[in-house]
Amino acid sequence: MRHAEQIMALALVAFSLFLMWKSSELPIGWVSGKGPGGGAFPFWLSLGMLVASGVIFWRARRRVTPQSRDENSFMGYSTFRLFVVSAGAIFVMFLGTHFVGAYVMIPLFLAFYMRFLGGHSWVVIAPIALLAPIVTFFFFEIGMKVFLPKGVTEPLFYPLYSMFF
Amino acid sequence: MDGFAVAFEPLNLAMMMLGCLMGLFIGAIPGLGSVNGVAILLPITFFVPPTSAVIFLAAIYYGAMYGGAISSIMLGIPGASTAVATTFDGRPMAIKGLADRALIAAAIASFVGGTISVIYFTLFAPPLANFALRFGSTEEFALMVLAFATFIGLGGDDIPKTIFMILFGLVLSSVGLDIISGHPRLIFFDLPGFYKGISFIVLAIGIYGIGEMLWTLEQAQGKVEIAKHTFGIKRGVETLKMLWRRSKLNMFLSSTLGYFVGILPAAGATPGSLMAYGMARSMAKNPEEYGRGNVNGVVAPEAANNAASTGSLLPMLTLGIPGSPTTAILLGGMIIWGLEPGPLLFSQHPEFVWGLIASLYAANLFTVILNLSLIPVFIWILRTPFTILAPIIFVLCFVGGFAPASSMHDVWLILIFGVVGYLMRKLDYPMAPLVLAIVLGPLAEKSFRQTMIAEHGDMTIFLTRPISLICLIAALGLIIYPLYLVRQRRKAKLNMEAPKS
Repeated sequence: MRHAEQIMALALVAFSLFLMWKSSELPIGWVSGKGPGGGAFPFWLSLGMLVASGVIFWRARRRVTPQSRDENSFMGYSTFRLFVVSAGAIFVMFLGTHFVGAYVMIPLFLAFYMRFLGGHSWVVIAPIALLAPIVTFFFFEIGMKVFLPKGVTEPLFYPLYSMFF
Repeated sequence: MDGFAVAFEPLNLAMMMLGCLMGLFIGAIPGLGSVNGVAILLPITFFVPPTSAVIFLAAIYYGAMYGGAISSIMLGIPGASTAVATTFDGRPMAIKGLADRALIAAAIASFVGGTISVIYFTLFAPPLANFALRFGSTEEFALMVLAFATFIGLGGDDIPKTIFMILFGLVLSSVGLDIISGHPRLIFFDLPGFYKGISFIVLAIGIYGIGEMLWTLEQAQGKVEIAKHTFGIKRGVETLKMLWRRSKLNMFLSSTLGYFVGILPAAGATPGSLMAYGMARSMAKNPEEYGRGNVNGVVAPEAANNAASTGSLLPMLTLGIPGSPTTAILLGGMIIWGLEPGPLLFSQHPEFVWGLIASLYAANLFTVILNLSLIPVFIWILRTPFTILAPIIFVLCFVGGFAPASSMHDVWLILIFGVVGYLMRKLDYPMAPLVLAIVLGPLAEKSFRQTMIAEHGDMTIFLTRPISLICLIAALGLIIYPLYLVRQRRKAKLNMEAPKS
């Protein structure tokens, strides 16, 4: 935990510097007749972030915060597995949505998660994984007129659209 | 009375009931609080008139305040951050087999807290709105500074980390097109998605939807057990009698404290409920019973968090300053619906304001009935393992995040915010200031730049206008006070260590 606290603080120092550099693409000082330049607000706030993250790092080095005194690991194996599988599965769901659409990826995600992490039986998984996209379709697309991305499966929905619209 | 006519319009009544039900459900699910419900369901409100929309969201807010107590009591995991203090005595009561009593106490205390706060709201909203009429861009900016300072002062979090998160939120709010010159600003990697800025909805769903669920999954590790309990009419009546005997003064005082803490910008229901718990314990004849299953330890935070939820609506409506992350999201919603929160709201849209207040009365009554009758159902739902609930919530985050702008760019941002938010949360970086800052950022920048242009860069204007000066002095006090406390604590620690050495 102690190292994680320091690494995070250093990453935030670097991120603040990046934001300062990025903000300075627009004027950061006073522009005659127009007041503060467009980059001023984010630039000076990023400078504040830099100072704050510097203080966080300094406090972490001096072991002032509880995290900087904690010698436990930042993430145990079971937590790491949970985190990687959860975040990874969400990542794959989002990525797959670009290609095969939400209505393929949502049931796949639900089934994978419940089976792999939960170890649930297919009797439990199947109704949830199949009902979720159906409810989503009727609630969002038919009810709310919000059309989710469908990728290559788009043509499959044309008959449904013609039925409801 | 016109307000009641608005509240009882069929659409508004239906939205209120639906909101209460959904709020109760969302609040009862560990990992989801009113802020998640409001953030995830906000896109749905774009399809109804603004008055119905805010009634729906306020009902979710109210329902979630009730619902949060359910998992705090049954599982020992706070259903929402506002129900953290409820866990202290609610869980020991459940372990003793008194879960039904704790649940009834929570529902009744919430009802009393909600009712008292709505009465306060009705009495104090117009005077505060009139006072707010005196606010110009200078005062507006000073007030924003005060709101951020309140977060630093009252949050109880690590001060440098809180300051960092506020500044980070403000920088994120400036992504997109410059509000004065129209030039593109902070367009990362030239991705076109950044031209429309970063929506607070995206940030809130990422942090509170994905980030919070990752956090809850870690805490629970998929193993959640439920205490056994009994429930009957006779025991229910006995509990009501006991509450009247032992808790009526506590309910009143906690509701009053909660309401006024709720009004403070950025304080919200969580500090309100914790302060009420502390107050109840310090005033009790038997403080040692607290933490071991004292019913007043459930009553105090529950009365306070409901009262604070109404209180935090007041500065949002009259001044445009949210009292909590949830109201920060409500505020963003109001701006999207074309309603400008602030002093003119009361004169320009009275049907909206009084319709909302009347709906709060109605929602309060409806939710307590709903809460008591649904206790067995919620217990059944909470038995669902996290490994089933979590993926369903992740899918809801995906769909809810995509819907407002129909943009996969936003969906990816949700994942990034969720993962980064989770990692930062593990290191105790507070998330609420970040959400508050991204919502208030555009208003803060606009008011600051307007003042600077009008005054030709003369910053002393902030010190010469009375309201602005008062706000800035109060802000300074709120920043200095916790620093002073830290110093005092350090001194006391050194004094304690000195005799040992």
